[in-house]
Amino acid sequence: MARCSVPPKLAIFLIIAVTLILLLPAFGLSFGHPLASGTDQYYIDHSQEQTGSNNVVTAIVFDFRGFDTLGEATVLFIAVLGVAMFFRRTH
Amino acid sequence: MVTGLIGRTAGRLLVPFIFIFGFYIVAHGHLSPGGGFQGGAVIATGVALVLVCYYYRECMEHFIEAKNFKLIESAGLILFICTALAGLVLASGFFFNWLNASGGLFGNAVEYGANVGDLFTAGIIPVLNFAVGIEVFGGLSVVLLYMFAGLKETTKEEDDAEPHNFAQTEELP
Repeated sequence: MARCSVPPKLAIFLIIAVTLILLLPAFGLSFGHPLASGTDQYYIDHSQEQTGSNNVVTAIVFDFRGFDTLGEATVLFIAVLGVAMFFRRTH
Repeated sequence: MVTGLIGRTAGRLLVPFIFIFGFYIVAHGHLSPGGGFQGGAVIATGVALVLVCYYYRECMEHFIEAKNFKLIESAGLILFICTALAGLVLASGFFFNWLNASGGLFGNAVEYGANVGDLFTAGIIPVLNFAVGIEVFGGLSVVLLYMFAGLKETTKEEDDAEPHNFAQTEELP
């Protein structure tokens, strides 16, 4: 194991300082004005007539992005399978 | 591990309302905030309350079996995939909203713009919500049941037989 030549506290301080310096330009960005908003506006305008759902979020999650929800449900299923395998009774 | 009379009675009173609230969140997923994942988690909270209030073995003997919850979870995922596949068979593609505005189940036409909200609209979205709700409810309950099965918990009879465990350990020299 290699010896650390910098004291750990100084290393943590340097990491935080460099992160803050690199994050500074991010504070100047304006929130809520994305460059490309065509898809968002399409969903807001047309989701009710195309899916019949009053809730735009549900319309996107379960209709426009149905594959994403299928993946989420499968991930949950596999996670439960893993837990069931981990806690199984060994006779 | 003893849950007192107050905890048991409060849990028994609260559990039906938790189930009804979770069912409401699932059923109104296409009208109000919420949906299958959230409602299923709320219903699984009711199962967790039952497991905390009663002994695991009592639950196993009387009204809960982990095998049934595995079936429920698998049925939810299969219902989800079959509803999506029916769009491929009956209409143009996978996940096509073939029930929307068809006049059948959940097929009422929706008024565009701001409206009161009709429960029987939005086509396959409520069906998928119910499928995901069933799956999340079954899955989280299976996780809870397996974790409780791993605990070494005493029965009520053993607790009643040895009520002074703490006092005995203190008297050791």
